[in-house]
Amino acid sequence: MEPPKVFEIENLSSFYGAKQVLKKVSLPIYEKSVTSLMGPSGCGKSTLIRCLNRMNDLVGNFRMEGKILYKSKDLFSKDVDVTNLRREIGMVFQKPNPFPKSIYENIAYGLKIQGISNREYLDGVVEESLERAALWEEVKDRLRESALSLSGGQQQRLCIARALAVKPRVILFDEPCSALDPIATAKIEELITELKQNYTIAIVTHNTAQAARVSDHTAFLFLGDMIEFGTTAKMFTVPKDKRTEEYLTGKFG
Amino acid sequence: MNRQFKEAVIERLLLCSSLLSVFTTAAIIFILLSESLGFFKEVSIVDFLTDTQWTPLFTQKHYGILPLLCGTLLTTLVALLVAVPLGLVSAVYLSEYATGRVRNYIKPLMEVLAAVPTVVYGYFALLFVTPLLKKFIPGLSGFNALSAGFVMGVMIIPLVSSLSEDAMHAVPMGLREGAYALGSHKIQVAFRIVFPAALSGITAATILAVSRAIGETMIVAIAAGQQPNLTFNPLVPVETITAYIVQISLGDTPHGTLEYSTIFVCGLTLFLLTFVLNVVSFKLKRRFQEIYE
Repeated sequence: MEPPKVFEIENLSSFYGAKQVLKKVSLPIYEKSVTSLMGPSGCGKSTLIRCLNRMNDLVGNFRMEGKILYKSKDLFSKDVDVTNLRREIGMVFQKPNPFPKSIYENIAYGLKIQGISNREYLDGVVEESLERAALWEEVKDRLRESALSLSGGQQQRLCIARALAVKPRVILFDEPCSALDPIATAKIEELITELKQNYTIAIVTHNTAQAARVSDHTAFLFLGDMIEFGTTAKMFTVPKDKRTEEYLTGKFG
Repeated sequence: MNRQFKEAVIERLLLCSSLLSVFTTAAIIFILLSESLGFFKEVSIVDFLTDTQWTPLFTQKHYGILPLLCGTLLTTLVALLVAVPLGLVSAVYLSEYATGRVRNYIKPLMEVLAAVPTVVYGYFALLFVTPLLKKFIPGLSGFNALSAGFVMGVMIIPLVSSLSEDAMHAVPMGLREGAYALGSHKIQVAFRIVFPAALSGITAATILAVSRAIGETMIVAIAAGQQPNLTFNPLVPVETITAYIVQISLGDTPHGTLEYSTIFVCGLTLFLLTFVLNVVSFKLKRRFQEIYE
């Protein structure tokens, strides 16, 4: 049986000014599984994932056509409150971007801006989020220290914990490991695999091995077109399109 | 003449002109120090720092810097109360809210404020602001720290605003995105993320503004009065260090006397104040750059 779809992307085209970045892309993102958006640089995969939490709203000359349904509702409809939406759909970025505040404050920020100030509750959420992001043991004695004192991999897990703290349903990862070393990368990948039990996950990557390791479904994008979508197992063993096969075997990209 | 020789001459000329300004600064410091040494041979440094009266021109002579320092700090404080809130709010607007087009119009317009000659500001304070304030504050003197400080504040708004805006603009986009991705409203991003992240740059801008206000001469000389007053009441006339220097320089105090050398001591005090502030500001700014570059 097919799992429920959290997102349904239908004929999505997007533009920065006159430049078209995505060309009629359609794919589903299934609940509590990992979907990777894979492709070489400039294929539009980051643009696509940034549509899912409407991060592109912040870009002045961004324009899109087509439709994205989130929980069967139009994501871009007028009555969607973007700030609430972004609390439900968390995001982890390419470069770790902890706030220049303490470790504790980084995690608590998302709740504090909702007006939550109950100390005990915040303490609980901070611990739980750091636990889930597999960072608690490393930082539990230094929660008041600056987040900038952490290593790159720890910073990225802190950003994951920060996203978890606001209790999202979906987490979007935009090339979360591209600034990390292999050991830190392995930790993040392990974490993603664990998180999918409770969260719906989409991850952007240009790394085919990473897509193979973490994801259940893979979409292959190339120059703004979606070339192929399917279960990761199937796409990596019997790719339907020649370009997919060439990308997977490292002929370009 | 061959090319190489020409280049060498050009290089030397450029070197000389840059050394000229270094030499001038050194010479000024030397003169301030040597004249002040002469002064402190006759007046003890303890009296200078603790006496509560400054009356070098009277028969009962007192050489306490405190009233002048107090006048300087009072006008500076009033100026900051005007310039810091307004400057910061406008910086937040320009950096976080204004579109690129609006910013490109407003920033140069604000910088025009900084291009108005200070003597114009001085008379503006004396002849426009003071009479206006008198309607609301009956006890206000014709010369007072309030209107001088207020107008000085208006003058340094662009300084605070422009430097703080630079600091906020330099906060990486990634931090804003991170905050938006957690469901922040725009105002939360501006005040809870960008503002604190730019704080050391903003502090540097504020300190520079303090330093500018302390050194400002024309406005206070014209509008704040010339009465050394040890008071924190902004409604009465005060005299700042700079205004005193103007008074003596333009007056008929004979050269070479002890009275005349007071202006060098005042100059030295002023120099030390602004120098320390500028160093602090510079250090803070560098720390800010280290975090983000």
